[in-house]
Amino acid sequence: MKIQIIAFGIAKDIVGKKQMTLDFEGKSVGEVRTCLVNRFPEFEQLASLRFAVNTSYVDDSFELTENDEVVLIPPVSGG
Amino acid sequence: MNKEELLRYNRQIIIPEFGEQGQQKLLNASVLVIGAGGLGAPILQYLTAVGVGRIGIVDFDEVSLSNLQRQVLFNTQEIGQSKASTAAKKLALLNPDVKFDVIEEAISSRNAMEIIGGYDLVVDGSDNLPTRYLVNDACYLLKIPLVYGAIFRFEGQVSVFNAVHKDGSRGPNYRDLFPSPPPPEMVPSCSEGGVLGVLPGIIGAMMANEAIKLLTHVGETLSGKLFVFDALDFSTFQLSVEKNDQNPLSGKEPTITHLVDYEAFCGGAVGQSSIREISVHELKEKMSLGTLELIDVREDYEYEIANLGGRLIPLNKVLSKSSEIPQDREVVIMCKTGGRSKKAIELLQKQGFNNLLNLKGGITAWQKEIDKSMTAY
Repeated sequence: MKIQIIAFGIAKDIVGKKQMTLDFEGKSVGEVRTCLVNRFPEFEQLASLRFAVNTSYVDDSFELTENDEVVLIPPVSGG
Repeated sequence: MNKEELLRYNRQIIIPEFGEQGQQKLLNASVLVIGAGGLGAPILQYLTAVGVGRIGIVDFDEVSLSNLQRQVLFNTQEIGQSKASTAAKKLALLNPDVKFDVIEEAISSRNAMEIIGGYDLVVDGSDNLPTRYLVNDACYLLKIPLVYGAIFRFEGQVSVFNAVHKDGSRGPNYRDLFPSPPPPEMVPSCSEGGVLGVLPGIIGAMMANEAIKLLTHVGETLSGKLFVFDALDFSTFQLSVEKNDQNPLSGKEPTITHLVDYEAFCGGAVGQSSIREISVHELKEKMSLGTLELIDVREDYEYEIANLGGRLIPLNKVLSKSSEIPQDREVVIMCKTGGRSKKAIELLQKQGFNNLLNLKGGITAWQKEIDKSMTAY
């Protein structure tokens, strides 16, 4: 399935760009997480990273549909 | 309200939703601002201008040259002066009716309850993750609402935690949003990751706006929502933040009933680190013996500002230049504060290196503890 990834903060650094299309096997958010960790091993260190779809955080069991926008928002701490 | 107050605050008093009533609530209110830095400066300026009655300013640091690109409350002549007391002095000129509490110490588990208690609201403009968890937990335990904001490069986040809703329930907090901290190198500060000068102005003004709404009960706040802004492409997101039953502070079975050690909580969150460290004092001793190799993984321009004479191999070149790093004796890896050097060691250890030591606190610690004449940046 193809989805859009939109990355903020350090997630944008890891992915290398703000927005990308991710083609992954499966349909759940958990499977997106696995796919991202495989492609970008640094995500392993962001275990607490949460995924948002349609303005709400979703858990790993959430099932996506084609072309969904999945937003990655890690913590930032600067002030 | 006297005639001068009616005049000073006229432009907001004449807004129907705000009125004299809203102004009176601000005049009666007390707010604690944590950090008088990038976010703290605009927050303080606006809260002072709009007439918050009493404002506490917590900052243990001094104004430095690299602050001035974004901390527009300060000027070049004030470099080296206390941020909290300089801020209070200048803000008093803006609005002499406001009472300021100057708190020139680092906030910690030891003093946080005492410092925060007694204010109606806290606004967090701190610059590190341990302080953010500390302030969150203290505000929750003291039942004080908290305005949250944080910045990174072109991006900012704003939310309101622990707000009392109309039905008496309390809104989510930072631990509902980010239950566990990632390792420190995944959360760069402004001094490590950089920040565009105007960004704290934008995000700080939004935080001041949330504070005003909370104090006056005018409008809707960001309680239960996280606002995310990217100035680079002007994209914004607003996400709902739900309360989590598993939250160790505010969930169904809370395990955090008093403040903990937040440095340890944020530093050792992921697994056991196998990285050996060396302090700046130990390094100084070893350098005098002369057998030590020093590798600096910062960028060229940082090296030019200040260095300890180590070999310069920026972090992103560490793997391609790993053959230049000796394996037959102890090598100290250093950066600005210890985050990038830790990352470099992790990368190199995977290549088989086992002779690397991380300089704790980086060149910043060296400047503070060994050589104050060195340029801090």
